[in-house]
Amino acid sequence: MKRKALLAAGASGLVVMLWAASLATVGARPITYKLPDETAAFKPGPNLDVVKNNCTACHSADYISTQPRGPKFKKDFWKAEVTKMIKVYGAPIEDADVDKIVDYLAATY
Amino acid sequence: MLDRREMMKRVGAGLAFGAMSGLNPLRALAADTVTLPFENGERPLVKYPQKRLMIGLTQRPPQLETPFSVFNEGPITPNDAFFVRYHLADIPLDIDPDKFTIDIKGKVDRPFKLSIKDLKKMHATEIVAVNQCSGNSRGLFNPRVAGGQLGNGAMGNARWRGVPLKAVLDKAGVQSGARQVVFGGMDGPVSDKTPDFAKALDIDHARDGEVMLAYLMNGKDLPVLNGFPVRLVVPGYYGTYWVKHLNEITVIDSVFDNFWMKTAYRIPDNACACVEPGTAPKATVPINRFNVRSFITNVADGAKLKAGGKLLKGIAFDGGTGIKQVAVSIDGGQTWKNAELGRNYGKYSFREWKVPVKLTPDTRELKVRATSNGGQVQPMEATWNPAGYMRNVVETTHVTVG
Repeated sequence: MKRKALLAAGASGLVVMLWAASLATVGARPITYKLPDETAAFKPGPNLDVVKNNCTACHSADYISTQPRGPKFKKDFWKAEVTKMIKVYGAPIEDADVDKIVDYLAATY
Repeated sequence: MLDRREMMKRVGAGLAFGAMSGLNPLRALAADTVTLPFENGERPLVKYPQKRLMIGLTQRPPQLETPFSVFNEGPITPNDAFFVRYHLADIPLDIDPDKFTIDIKGKVDRPFKLSIKDLKKMHATEIVAVNQCSGNSRGLFNPRVAGGQLGNGAMGNARWRGVPLKAVLDKAGVQSGARQVVFGGMDGPVSDKTPDFAKALDIDHARDGEVMLAYLMNGKDLPVLNGFPVRLVVPGYYGTYWVKHLNEITVIDSVFDNFWMKTAYRIPDNACACVEPGTAPKATVPINRFNVRSFITNVADGAKLKAGGKLLKGIAFDGGTGIKQVAVSIDGGQTWKNAELGRNYGKYSFREWKVPVKLTPDTRELKVRATSNGGQVQPMEATWNPAGYMRNVVETTHVTVG
């Protein structure tokens, strides 16, 4: 079930706070969980802006940087991944951007 | 659901702040890394609330792997070391357990909303059970495949306390003709074009008395990232079914066919759940029970050991028949010595084992192989499937003996 968005308070993100019910009281207290700041970043490369605009809405850059590397994980591999993002996960990537993103990924990772 | 602009703002803020946060003690800790034993396996060690230092796989949504040394601490995985896996980035960060309810609906006579307070008033049961990610050890696949590049730390064993799903379904009165039960949690996609995460079990499985709505993990509230305030526990089954932040239970009279059941989390429809490397299966089925696995936990890969007597220790588990036998080999698999099994916490738990061996300067490899009560034996050669699920080859720990 999707829930209403609850935006975490912005940049004062180093504060890690947690209010947990620690006593056996009648009512449990609400919990607010603060995720650490996002530090994963895309490496510099061609079409970086296009990549940032299309990929970061749904996931952090480490989803890409941790994938296998080597000659077998170049253009075909990344084309398949970008296609999966569009067809399976509904990423609103324009046709003209697909090759730009694939080129960046193949050249950079 | 976050819209893209808000999400970008949040990302931007996080990055900008990260650049000037040199005094942040958490950042200092995050500078440490570990290298998992495969190409591109370097990972940061990261600190999250309610968690000890964990192996960071991804940040948004968060995915954390348990450092393997934790499995040598005992048969129960501590809550603060338990692995974390989300699919979609809109995860619940503000949770009020007093307002949280589970919606029980669909083909039932008496649909109702179940509060945590009322759930805790129902008769509780306990079970010790392993939760393991379908893609645990995916990084070790050869040839490599896309997906979360995990070492062996996307598994954990906990004592779960909660209410059998059967009791909750009986309260609602399942109607005749029911075929499956669908489970949804609070976490969801960032875009409404992305399929929301939901999983289904057959009605008989859902009513087996073991599938549980768990609200305690090792005697404590579930950590937020492990599904607070309540998650589904499906003993012997891969973690994909263990829906976190469970707030929706729907009985249906058909077979659920969303993306997460029909397309993702499918395995080859054969006994080994495998195909020739690089090929596609002809037919697939939803992933289901664990296969049998075992690990040495007190010797790390690459360790330098002294010649002479050494007590090897470790864990083994399977999908619910229990462990019959564990054996080790220190000569590349030519001869095997049976281990002594530790205390039995139940057929779904890690089973500890130990066995003394005599190491010589010729010893290069330590292997461990488990056999389940169901007769399943770990294979000597790794099997392969396109999604990188269900690795269970006999693991080899490389050592130098001097």
